[in-house]
Amino acid sequence: MLVAQRRPLSTAMNWCLRRPSLVLGGFIVGVLVLAAAFAPWLAPADPYQQNLMLSLMPPSAEHPLGTDAYGRDVLSRILYGARLSLLEISLGVGVALIFGVPLGLVAGMSGGNIDGAIMWVMDIIFAFPGIILAILIVSILGPSLFNMLMAIALFSLPVYARLTRNLTLGLKRMEYVQAAQALGASRLRVMFDHILLNALGPIIVQATLTAGTVVLTAASLSFLGLGAQPPIPEWGAMMSDGRNYLGVALWVSFFPGLAVTITVLGFNILGDGLRDLLDPRR
Amino acid sequence: MRNYFLRKLMMLPLILLGVSFIVFMSVRALPGDPARLMAGPEATQDAVDDMRVRLGLDRPLMVQYAAFLKGAATGDFGTSIRSQRPVSQELSRRYKATMELATVAYFFATIIGVPAGMIAAICKGRAPDHVVMVFAILGASVANFWLALVMMDYFSVQKGWLPLLGSGSAAHFVMPAIVLGLLPMALIARMTRSSMIETLDQDYIRTARAKGLGAFQVYQRHALRNALIPIVTIIGLNFGAVIGSTVVTETVFNWPGIGRLLVDAVRYRDYPIIQGVTLLAVVSVVLVNFFAEFLISVLDPRVRFN
Repeated sequence: MLVAQRRPLSTAMNWCLRRPSLVLGGFIVGVLVLAAAFAPWLAPADPYQQNLMLSLMPPSAEHPLGTDAYGRDVLSRILYGARLSLLEISLGVGVALIFGVPLGLVAGMSGGNIDGAIMWVMDIIFAFPGIILAILIVSILGPSLFNMLMAIALFSLPVYARLTRNLTLGLKRMEYVQAAQALGASRLRVMFDHILLNALGPIIVQATLTAGTVVLTAASLSFLGLGAQPPIPEWGAMMSDGRNYLGVALWVSFFPGLAVTITVLGFNILGDGLRDLLDPRR
Repeated sequence: MRNYFLRKLMMLPLILLGVSFIVFMSVRALPGDPARLMAGPEATQDAVDDMRVRLGLDRPLMVQYAAFLKGAATGDFGTSIRSQRPVSQELSRRYKATMELATVAYFFATIIGVPAGMIAAICKGRAPDHVVMVFAILGASVANFWLALVMMDYFSVQKGWLPLLGSGSAAHFVMPAIVLGLLPMALIARMTRSSMIETLDQDYIRTARAKGLGAFQVYQRHALRNALIPIVTIIGLNFGAVIGSTVVTETVFNWPGIGRLLVDAVRYRDYPIIQGVTLLAVVSVVLVNFFAEFLISVLDPRVRFN
């Protein structure tokens, strides 16, 4: 009886142990989400509260990660920064998914000239190194968090369009799809029920891997002054603040940068784990 | 195979045409009057009109685009608003600095990434393999500007071993090249490992071993050619990512390449420079990608692009 009761737990443990990257990646991303959700309760101080008396204080019990040049608590700013990373991911990845996946579906289903035209435009966007296209767009629209995220979404668009198109081309030839068509399923129904649902796994894997890139690119652009503007507690922008205090107060830029690196690492590991789980073809 | 490259070769001008159109239109999409923007906020009406004629903004759009294309094809991107020198002159000097840095970075990436990947493959599943793979995923995830700041703090400010900023000596290359080379290094190690594991599994390797060839000879003779493929693949297909990360690396280290030129140009709203750098970056990435694919198909006859 005892054995039977313990079995579900040990099965779950086994399942997890055989997928260490899924567990580790999921843990890191989970911590990020919790930090973002509970930032107001976890943060020891107001992330915007300046106090020049406390400028550039090294890590202490009161300020576990020190303070920046304006005397703001670095830990509190990093915790609130987690909210910005989640916003960056949802907008940067979300917008690219919303436009990229349907474009790929239509291209794959239609073939011919429509396919050629869509993929031509996607190849043109894809030819730009992502960050350079983003800088071109931001230089026109002006530096801001929103403009930067739209630029990031634009350069990730071809990745989803191309992936979805190639998956569609493969699935279109599957017998069950042809059977559904022969039974009179409408074009839209085939597209969504039979093709999109089966393409979802690889798309989710790609979105997870891209989430890391989005956080990294957003931090890079904000670091260059082309994204989130001060005093927003964005990790890249915080590092840019700390740049002038090398050798004096490395913690101002060290901890935000560590947060970026761990976040990117988390999404990369989670993506690897999800790929093994959802996309066994590769 | 020949059809694939022929089609690809025919697509090249079409892609570049589209890219040049986006770059051309970007300045026209500026909110407000581009001539006034570029002349500066304190410019007189005369100066603004002058700028409009100089930029050709008084002519029809398609005529402007044709002139822009003709200029770009002959390497003429106009005049920098800030320095008043031809954009092409600035570009060629800065491009050389970027390429020098990228070459050193790729050199680092190759001499460390390839042996690391080989060791991991030979010791598959054992400790050295795990160490290499952990470093590979770390290397692919680390925020490059964070690594740059940490290294600058330690090696330059605290220890004084390496110059903090700028270029000019061999020592200046060390930190920027490591920062820039880390991602290709991680990718090369990963890819060398997987292609090596695949190679070691082949029948001809087993035959060579059975004939009595030593392990080292087998690796050297049969694995070397296979090691070239990951290098070409990563250098060729991730060249765009490296060109992209020069923007941050060069800005942090004050390296006089096209990446820093671009960031400075955005700050000064120097649109001819922005257009020139963007076009140059895209053209080099597209060409490098194309030649890499071609080279891979020569090195590895099994590869079938489609």
